[in-house]
Amino acid sequence: MRRIGEVILDIRNISLRFGGVKALSDISFDVREHEVRAIIGPNGAGKSSMLNCINGVYQPQEGSITFRGRTFRHMNSRQVAEMGVARTFQNLALFKGMSVLDNIMTGRNLKMKSGLLAQALHWGPAAREEMAQREFVERIIDFLEIQPYRKTPVGRLPYGLQKRVDLGRALAMEPQVLLLDEPMAGMNVEEKQDMSRFILDVNDEFGTTIVLIEHDMGVVMDISDRVVVLDYGRKIGDGTPDAVRGNEEVVRAYLGTEH
Amino acid sequence: MTPPSPTFPRLLLAHAQQQPEAPAMREKDLGIWQTWSWREVAREVREIACGLASLGFQAGDNLGIVGANRPHLYMAMVAAQSLRGVPVPLYQDAVAGEMVFMLDDAAIDFAIAEDQEQVDKLLECRELQKDGRKAIRHIVYDDPRGLRHYDQPGLLSCDRLRELGRAWDAAHPDFFMQSVAAGEPSEVAVILYTSGTTGRPKGVCQSHASFIAAGRGGVETDRLGPGDNIMSYLPMAWVGDHLFSVAQWLVGGFTLNCPESSETVMNDMREIGPSYYFGPPRTFEGLLTAVSIRMEDAAAPKRWLYRKFMALARRVGAEILNGAPVATSDRLLYALGDLLIYGPLRNVLGMSRIRVAYTAGAAIGPDLFRFYRSIGVNLKQFYGQTETCAYVCLQQDGKVKLQTVGSAAPGIELKIAPDGEVLVRGVSVLQGYYKRPDATAEVLDADGYFHTGDAGVLDAEGHLRIIDRAKDVGRLRGGAMFAPNYIENKLKFFAQIKEAVCFGDARDEVCAFVNIDFEAVGNWAERRGLAYGGYVDLASKPEVQALVAECIAQVNADLASEEGMGDTQIARFLVLHKELDPDDDELTRTRKVRRGFVATKYAVLIDALYGGKSEQFIETQVRFEDGRSGVVSATLKILEARRFPPLKAAA
Repeated sequence: MRRIGEVILDIRNISLRFGGVKALSDISFDVREHEVRAIIGPNGAGKSSMLNCINGVYQPQEGSITFRGRTFRHMNSRQVAEMGVARTFQNLALFKGMSVLDNIMTGRNLKMKSGLLAQALHWGPAAREEMAQREFVERIIDFLEIQPYRKTPVGRLPYGLQKRVDLGRALAMEPQVLLLDEPMAGMNVEEKQDMSRFILDVNDEFGTTIVLIEHDMGVVMDISDRVVVLDYGRKIGDGTPDAVRGNEEVVRAYLGTEH
Repeated sequence: MTPPSPTFPRLLLAHAQQQPEAPAMREKDLGIWQTWSWREVAREVREIACGLASLGFQAGDNLGIVGANRPHLYMAMVAAQSLRGVPVPLYQDAVAGEMVFMLDDAAIDFAIAEDQEQVDKLLECRELQKDGRKAIRHIVYDDPRGLRHYDQPGLLSCDRLRELGRAWDAAHPDFFMQSVAAGEPSEVAVILYTSGTTGRPKGVCQSHASFIAAGRGGVETDRLGPGDNIMSYLPMAWVGDHLFSVAQWLVGGFTLNCPESSETVMNDMREIGPSYYFGPPRTFEGLLTAVSIRMEDAAAPKRWLYRKFMALARRVGAEILNGAPVATSDRLLYALGDLLIYGPLRNVLGMSRIRVAYTAGAAIGPDLFRFYRSIGVNLKQFYGQTETCAYVCLQQDGKVKLQTVGSAAPGIELKIAPDGEVLVRGVSVLQGYYKRPDATAEVLDADGYFHTGDAGVLDAEGHLRIIDRAKDVGRLRGGAMFAPNYIENKLKFFAQIKEAVCFGDARDEVCAFVNIDFEAVGNWAERRGLAYGGYVDLASKPEVQALVAECIAQVNADLASEEGMGDTQIARFLVLHKELDPDDDELTRTRKVRRGFVATKYAVLIDALYGGKSEQFIETQVRFEDGRSGVVSATLKILEARRFPPLKAAA
């Protein structure tokens, strides 16, 4: 079975302010290798801000992030990507006019060694390199079962499939940690089921550690190993799905008081 | 010295010797077509066979095969045969509850599955077999994805099996060849389960000799051989796929192509450009619809060109393909059309290189059939069933008649029983049903004729025309044979008619119920600005009834022109006020009319049709999808149909 390892990502006392607005205050939690870790909370709780801090898009004013034993005050997104952290976006960041194949190929960009000119001319080593990268991308296409759409422009695909392509692009980076920003937002039940299966398969097959933000409580409880609960920028709960479900403060803040 | 008579493994080894480097199989994997040469196929078959032997698979054992068309599954078939075992391909979309019947029936101990989904199902079957029955022990899988953490006993990957095979082969170097040499053509080569629409599924045992004869007949008729390509995308458990992708493949030595996935078949087909193709009528229909929709979106000059040339193709295309005499001017125009329209169209359909295409399994609409032939696709029909290796009749090049399924295939004798049933004797007839001598005795008579259960007629040239299921065929009081499905199918070929039920057994005349197709007729009404308020209202419009009457008149004209069918023209009909529905038990789940039930339920309408009334009031209970029920009532008009004087038989 899946073996959950050591702490791979340790978040310590993170605070983030936009001017006078406190988006996150004093958040700490850790992520262990190979686990599926969820961050949940109501709208505006600071979930995406948290992901953006890990991802290097936002720079928190206080606190530190330790990734594989190296501690950072600030991360920048390229550095993060090179360390093996990939992410998907809530509002899809795909090239709509490009084919599925090309979109996923862009995820391999960091792995390509040849220079811009050689790539543009598709010359010698660059051509060989592209072939090797293409093979990897084909494995992802096979994995996500999107072979029929290989050459279809992404903009023409239904939303659920676009989300899958976005996941594919992130997987192309061969990440050690995958950050998923609301991977199931706007999906119907069947699409959610498919996506859950792919997330678990990624976790299982490649051993990728997964941090995901999700709105849909049902899905989160089913697929996560541990859950962090945020509310108004504070952490109000942390633990296994069952523990979180039983936490009174969480129930009050997130599920409503009527229960 | 004569060479030993062939079995499938011996055919494979012969190809591996005669054309070792020629492509035997291809599969699109990771976006690239991977090729196996005949030498490689022979080697992998040997590895799989030895692997199975090392696990204890013996002569006479059955090997279950579950999955979509994958090279290793085809190889496993020949591997089992090499060990004088019997492959049993099973429908991959069957649920565990259904599959377990076959696994029990064939006492399957070893199975090879495509992927995780099928492995899960087989494991579920094994659970179901827990109650003391002999359970499936060894499950080999081709695609390891998702199976890494499975630790159930008896589970191993195909790669591992081949590794075991290589080790076993090294330890027993003569084993494989001796086993292949010991096989006899009269031994069972495959067990194919009939789909079991009537009662429990039955395993049909076919010998090497039967299937090889059936394969040879087809290969020789259409001159297939190395260099030809076929797309294998229909279920492996279906007799048609076994005939095309196994028997003809090994006899003819052409190349088998497996698609990347079931959704990419059309795309993959365009890339391969097969020269030989099989599809059920609905595939051909789907392709044509896709083309028509795209043509309607095309620019006006293109549409004009398309219309002009398609009209020409309708007039002379089929004749040119049949080699019939056609005026030179038309020939020249057709050649131009080939350049401008037909060629590009065939390319879009993935049929540029098609020499022969076949359809079977259901009646194909005349317009559809003519369309493909008129644009130069050599589409033909054949006839057969699992019990006859799908090999009874073939349409020969140059002698294609729309109404018939062709003449008896080489090595086959046809006979029509006094009650109209088609009887078959010859090379491809089954040995028997697996462990079911009682069922075998029902279909095989003392003279060796197989009773097909289909009613048909042979025309003057010996072409067979299938008209109905034998059990549905009745007689009019006047003595003429009455084949309800035959007439109903003719009606249903009209887009406006969704369902039809004909009555006439033991009556003076034929009368019919008709269901309009709500979508097609609704569209038609909208284009004419005809207002209607739902199904009942639309069905009762005089304009709609005139439309249906026109369809029926055409069918009658058709029937009048056919030998022996003139008397079964439709005399009167009515358009039903509600759609026949499986929820109301009027249709089966596979959408076949439950004739007896409909006759009882609507007895009052039938009485009105035969009682000379001009209209009849009826109230019907209907069940809605959410389980509630309601009542639909209407007064239905009974209309006379135009009839034609029957053609006097020339003979």
